[in-house]
This record gives sequence, structure tokens and C-alpha cells, in this order.
Amino acid sequence: MISITGLNKTFLTPSGRVNALKDINLTVDKGDIFGIIGFSGAGKSTLIRCLNRLEEPDSGTIRIGAREITRLGTRELRAARKKIGMIFQHYYLLESRTVFGNVAFPLEIAGYPKQRIGHRAVEILELVGLIDKIGAYPAQLSGGQKQRVGIARALANEPDVLLSDEATSSLDPSTSRSILDLLRDINQKLGLTIVMITHEMDVLRYLCANAAVIEAGEIIETGSVAEISAHPRHEITRLFFAPSRQNSSGEAQGMLPDPAERGERKEVSDVR
Amino acid sequence: MSDDLLPLLAVGLGETVYMVILTTVSSLFLGLPLGVALVVTEPGHIMAAPRLNKVLGTMVNITRSFPTIILIVVLLPLSRLLVGTTLGATAAVVPLSIGSAPFLARIIENSLKEIDRGKIEAGLAVGATPMEIIRKVMIPECLASLTLGITMAVIMITGFTATAGAIGAGGLGSLAVRFGYQRYRTDVMLATLVVLVVLVQSIQWGGNLIARRINKNRHKFS
Ligand SMILES: Nc1ncnc2c1ncn2[C@@H]1O[C@H](COP(=O)(O)OP(=O)(O)OP(=O)(O)O)[C@@H](O)[C@H]1O
Ligand SMILES: [Mg+2]
Repeated sequence: MISITGLNKTFLTPSGRVNALKDINLTVDKGDIFGIIGFSGAGKSTLIRCLNRLEEPDSGTIRIGAREITRLGTRELRAARKKIGMIFQHYYLLESRTVFGNVAFPLEIAGYPKQRIGHRAVEILELVGLIDKIGAYPAQLSGGQKQRVGIARALANEPDVLLSDEATSSLDPSTSRSILDLLRDINQKLGLTIVMITHEMDVLRYLCANAAVIEAGEIIETGSVAEISAHPRHEITRLFFAPSRQNSSGEAQGMLPDPAERGERKEVSDVR
Repeated sequence: MSDDLLPLLAVGLGETVYMVILTTVSSLFLGLPLGVALVVTEPGHIMAAPRLNKVLGTMVNITRSFPTIILIVVLLPLSRLLVGTTLGATAAVVPLSIGSAPFLARIIENSLKEIDRGKIEAGLAVGATPMEIIRKVMIPECLASLTLGITMAVIMITGFTATAGAIGAGGLGSLAVRFGYQRYRTDVMLATLVVLVVLVQSIQWGGNLIARRINKNRHKFS
């Protein structure tokens, strides 16, 4: 479904070059929920933003379905983006529009006739469980509700792929969990391929079948989550798995680290 | 207070309002696209064109550094060309619009820059064209701030029309000069000032009201 080969991306900053992505190779199967995990600054956002070319790669190829994303011209890229949904950590909803208006937005862009926009928006808001808020403005919603709108907006035009950049990182554990459950539900109901970025091991274990670990712009490990967690080959991977491992192991589904663990992880990343 | 005061004021106010409205509309016509262009042609923005951006910015700055009165005098031949005369309110609208447009463009530029970059990316991510992002994301999201900015511009334009009045454009400015100053009519001078103050206050009040209406649903505490 998605294949990435030899992807490179360098940023030029006043303080020098940053090799954000180095020779990334990755395959994601159709219908998979694929996780990409890494510490802050590892290059996760850059990688996922390359998939719909919000970030322009320097070299390498990206294929999604039948399209070679990296070769598309402006117009074709816009067409391709209509079938690639994206959700953001900070939602980025349009505050000038109601919940309905936000979900209608991609449909307007896709050229749906008015009446079908109404039907589709209602349908999708029912799916994400937000139909009672259809007339509310984003300012009147909680974080979890805003993310549901974000998801509804991303799904409105029936994409083949959903890209999620830390979609639950701003939410409390139980809200976060309900959003993850929604994503799983959508994955099963719609057969949608999901690529999700996270820095939380528990999110990965809760939701993803396969994953890649990224560190300093390189994929250092990839495979099934069970495999990676059972036999981590890199020190970084071990650091990710270590805190939860110290808990009684089967508790992975208990979700999301407690504050003490978070502190521990932070130290680890700072020392690095 | 003499009998001619009220009719004089009424005519003056009418001409001023006429000039302000016409100037606002036509300078919006020039200033809005210019303001939008100043934003979207910036490096890294949705229609990045760094050199065009520099050219536009320089053009705006040059026009802005002309004192109003000089700009009006310089542009009077253009008024003759466009409206057939260099006298009266309609003739004044041409230089006033050209003089105000760059200010308006900068004000609009500032408002549109307030938008969170993420919202623009959310638009790009659903496949919107640059025009769609301008129309459906940037302008609506910045509407309250745009309203307040345009209100500021309208007040500035009111001041410009008074200046133009001094050199024959009519309106309250010319009333103050012709009667208040040249004929020592202190009553006309004071009354003109009062009307101008009330006019500016009402414009500000109206602008604030519209901005509050727009913001009503968008922010929790407003
Ligand atoms: N637009 C940019 N200009 C310059 N450098 C950038 C830019 N975007 C990212 N970088 C750099 O590229 C590297 C990877 O950044 P990226 O945002 O992809 O990390 P991340 O894994 O998403 O981190 P986080 O978990 O904190 O979101 C960092 O060193 C960052 O400073
Ligand atoms: Mg990131």
C-alpha cells in the first residue's frame, strides 16, 4: 500500500544542516495500523509529512497505492491529497466554522454537491460519535471532541490512508484511549490503512500490529510490534520498552505510562 | 450660532461620508489583493515567490512614504484622466484610494499573518488550491482581526479626506478651512471638529461591534 525507498530530507538552518531523514526504507501493508515511534527530534513528523508532501523530500520515492507521490505535479498532488487523510496533535480545526462546517470543508474542496455534503457530514459525525455537537464551534469543544472532529474531517472524503501525527499526545489517558479505540474501529470498519506516529510505547502496543523505530533520522528497527518488543535489537528500542517491561508484563493494555515513568523516559532522552 | 451652520455641516458631512465610503471601497479593491499577495508570496508560503514579494513590499513602502498632500497633488492629473476633473469629492477619491491602498495592504497583511500555520497545512492536506486556502481558510479565520484593521484604515481615510478637503475636495475638511479658518467662523470650526470626532467614534464603535459579533462563537471568553 505504502512503500518508501531511499528517502532523504535535509533542512538548512542558520546553524547548519540537519539531516532529518537518512535513507528511509519502509513498507506498510494495506489495512495495517503501522506505528512509527521515536524520541523527540528523531524525525517522525518530517517522515509522515513527506508522505503527503507537506514536506518536500530531497530524494527517494514514495508510493501510496498506485500513485508515485514523489513524482506528482502540483495538480495531481492535490488530487492525491484528497485521498490521504491527516490528523494533527493540535487538531488545527477552522475556528470560523462549526463542527459541521469543518467536516464539510474537505468535501467542498473535493467538489461535492451541497446536498451530498450534508449527508456525508452527518454520516461521518455519527461514526465518530459527535452528531450531537454538529452545530458547535471548536471553541466550545473539549480536546477529545476536537480530535474527533479532526478525524471526521480526515475521513470525510473516504481516504485510502490516514496519517496521524501524535493524535493523542495532547489528551488525557482515558480520552486518548477512546480516540485510539475509534481509530481501531475505523480501521476495521473501513479497512483503512493507518500510519501513526507516537512517542508513547503504550499507544504502539495498544493499537499497532507493525511498527518502525526511528532515531536521529534513521529507521533502526522495523517489524511486528510483538517481535520488536520481545527482541529489541537496539539500545534505543530497549529504552522505549524498558519502563513498561518493569510493570507486570501482560499489563500493556493498561494504557499509558504513569507520571513516574514519563519522568524516567525524559531523563533518558535528555542524557542522550 | 447662525442659520447657515446646520446646512453647511450637513453638506460637509455628506461629502465626507461619500468620499470615505468610495475611497474605502476602491482602496479595498486594490489593498485586499495586495495585502493577500504580500502574505502568500513570502518564502515558504502557499504561493511562494520571494522576488515578487520584495518588489511588492518595496512598492508599498515607497507609496507609503509620500506625504498625503503631495500624493494628492501628484495624482491629480490621474483624476482628470479618470473622472474628468481635479475638483470636488469624486476627483479626490482617486488619489485618496491610491494613497490608502498600501496602508490597507499592510494592515491586511498583518492580520493574515496571525493565522496558525497548522490551519493552512490542514487546508493543504485536504488538497485545497491556494485560492481556496485564501478564501476558505485565511480570510474567514482572520475575519475579526481584518475587521478591526479595516476599521482603523477607514478612520485613517477619514483623516485623509479632511486633508484633501483643504485643497478643494469638499467635505468637512474644506468647511473647516474655508469658513472656520479663512472667514474666522469659530462656530463652524468647532462644529466641524465635533462632527468629525463623533464620526470617527461611530466608525470605531461599529467596527468593534462587528468584530465582537464575529468572535462571539469562536472564543470561549468574549
Ligand atoms: N522546518 C524545519 N526547519 C529546520 N529544521 C527542522 C524543520 N522541521 C524539523 N526540523 C529538524 O528536523 C529534526 C526532526 O524533526 P521532527 O519534527 O521530524 O521530529 P519529531 O520526531 O517529530 O519530534 P517530536 O516528537 O518532538 O515531534 C529535528 O532536529 C528538527 O529540529
Ligand atoms: Mg513531531
